[in-house]
Amino acid sequence: MTSVARRLPTVLRPPQAQNIGGFDVEKLRRDFPILKQKIRGRRLVYLDNAATSQKPQAVIDAISHYYERDNSNVHRGVHYLSERATEEFENARQTVQRFINAASASEIIFTRGTTEGINLVAQTYGRTHVGPGDEILVTALEHHSNIVPWQLLRDEKGAKLRVAPVNDSGELLLEEFEKLLSPRTNIVAVTHISNAIGTVIPLRQIIEMAHRRNVPVLVDGAQAVPHLTVDVQALDCDFYTFSSHKLYGPTGMGVLYGKSALLDAMPPYQGGGDMISSVTFEKTTYNKLPYKFEAGTPHVAGAIGLGAAIDYVNALGIENLAAHEHDLLAYATEKVSALPGIRVIGTAKEKAAVLSFMLDGVHPHDVGTILDQEGIAIRTGHHCAQPVMQRFEVPATARASFALYNTREEVDVLVEGLQRVQEVFA
Amino acid sequence: MPDLRDLYQDVILEHSKAPRNFRELSAANHKAEGYNPLCGDHFTVYVDIDGDSIRDIGFQGSGCAISKASASMMTQILKGKSTAEAEQLFARFHKLVTGAPTANGDQTELGKLAVFSGVSEFPVRVKCATLAWHTLHAALEGKQQTVSTE
Repeated sequence: MTSVARRLPTVLRPPQAQNIGGFDVEKLRRDFPILKQKIRGRRLVYLDNAATSQKPQAVIDAISHYYERDNSNVHRGVHYLSERATEEFENARQTVQRFINAASASEIIFTRGTTEGINLVAQTYGRTHVGPGDEILVTALEHHSNIVPWQLLRDEKGAKLRVAPVNDSGELLLEEFEKLLSPRTNIVAVTHISNAIGTVIPLRQIIEMAHRRNVPVLVDGAQAVPHLTVDVQALDCDFYTFSSHKLYGPTGMGVLYGKSALLDAMPPYQGGGDMISSVTFEKTTYNKLPYKFEAGTPHVAGAIGLGAAIDYVNALGIENLAAHEHDLLAYATEKVSALPGIRVIGTAKEKAAVLSFMLDGVHPHDVGTILDQEGIAIRTGHHCAQPVMQRFEVPATARASFALYNTREEVDVLVEGLQRVQEVFA
Repeated sequence: MPDLRDLYQDVILEHSKAPRNFRELSAANHKAEGYNPLCGDHFTVYVDIDGDSIRDIGFQGSGCAISKASASMMTQILKGKSTAEAEQLFARFHKLVTGAPTANGDQTELGKLAVFSGVSEFPVRVKCATLAWHTLHAALEGKQQTVSTE
C-alpha cells in the first residue's frame, strides 16, 4: 500500500452527536434515498448543496403519484383528471404563496428556475422601463444569471450596468451601494445570498435605499430560500425569484414573485397557450395573473414536487434548518481553517451554508478529484460567478455547501480528505 | 476503482510544482491562448518555429496540477520536433488520455508522456491533460482566438 492510500486517523472528532434545532439528523437522512448509496466504496458525503440539493422520498412520491394517478393537462379539460391535476397544481401555487408570504397566489409565477425568473423581468419590466443611458445596479456578488440577462438588456437599450463593490470579507459596501443609486437607476438586481462565498446581504436596507428613490428591486433568492425565512411583504421587494431544485424539489421548476401592480403593467414574456384569454388573427387579449406569464403547458409535476418540498421543509421548520446549518458552517469553518495553508474566501459576518476555500499550492480542481475518491462531493471552479473570483484574485475555489441532512461527522470526513490532499501534494 | 496514484504520479506532481519552459518567448512567431471555463485553467503557449521545426517553446498561465504538468512535459518533448511530429504526438497523446485503442509503437513515441495514461480513468480530467495540446494546435494553425475546451 502506498503512503497515499493509507487512511488517516480521525484526529478531529465532534464532542458529541449533534441534535441541534430539535431534529434528529440521522433520522432525517433516511428520508433521502440517494444518501444511502456508497460512492467508490465509501459512504456518500454530499456537500454540493448550493449546486443542487437531494430530494426526500416525499417529493419523489408526490411526483410519481401525480404521473401514476393525476396526470392531465391543466386549466382546460372538463374531465375529471384535468380537474384534479389543476387543483393539485394550483394548491402548489398557494403553498408557495404562504411559504414566502406573498399577498396573493396570483403573484406567484411558475418558471423553469431562478434564471428564467430574472430573464423574464429583464425582458418585460426591463425592456419597457430601461432606456439609453439608464442604469441597472447589481452587486459584485452576483451569479452569472443575475449579470448576463442585464447585459443583454444593457446592450439592446444602450443602458449601463453598475456594480456595487464588496470588502475583502465579501460584505457588500452599503455606502458605496447607496452612492451608485443615481437618478438614472431604473432597477436594482441583487442576490440574497452569494452562491460562491455565502455572504448574506443586508437586503432590507438595500430595498429601503432603492425605494427612497422609487427604484424597484429584484432579488435572486436561489441560495436564500433553502436557508432562511423569506417574507416578501416584510422585505417589500418588488420581485423575488428562486429555484425548486435547491430547496429539495425537482429541477426545471422555479418561482418568480412580483407585486401585482408591477406584473399587471408588464407585457407578457412569451406567447402561447394558457397566457391568453382570446385570440383572433387581429388581436389577442392576455390572460390575467399569473397565467399571463405562463405560456404553454406548465411543468405540472414540477410544481407539485415543489409543493411537497415546501411541505417537507415547513414540517421541520426553516428556523430549525437554519440553526442546524449554521452550526455546521461554524464547525466546518473552524476545522477547515485549522488546517495549514488554508485560505477561506468569504468571511462575512452574515453567512449561510457555504464554505469556499483555497488550499496553498493545490488547484481546487485537484482538491475536488482527490475528495471524490473519498466519496466526498464538493464543487470546484468559479461557481458561475467569475467576477467574484476576479474580486478575490483566485481562478477558482473549492466549495463545501451544507443542507439539512449534513452532519458534523461529514465535516470531519471532509477535513480528513483535505489532509489527504495535502499528503498527495506534500 | 481508479487509484489516485495512477493520476497523480510523482513525475506529474514534480512538473506541476516546477514546470519547465514556464516563460514567455520573446522570439515566438506563433502563440495561442487556451482556456478551460469549467475550472478556470488558462495558458498561453509560445512557439518559435524555424521552417517546420520547433526551435523553442514555452508556456505561461495557471491551472491544476494535471494541466500544468501536461503543458510542461509537452514543451520538453516538442523542442526540436517538426510541426508534423507535434500534431502526430498530440493525436497519440489524445488516444492515451481518453483510453482509446493505441497502435503499436504509440507508447514508445510518447516516451515520458506515458505517465498520463492514468487520466483515462478520470474522464473529467481529460480536458485538463489536453488543454496545452489544444492550445499548441491553435498556435501552429496560427489562430488568434482563444481556444476553449468547452
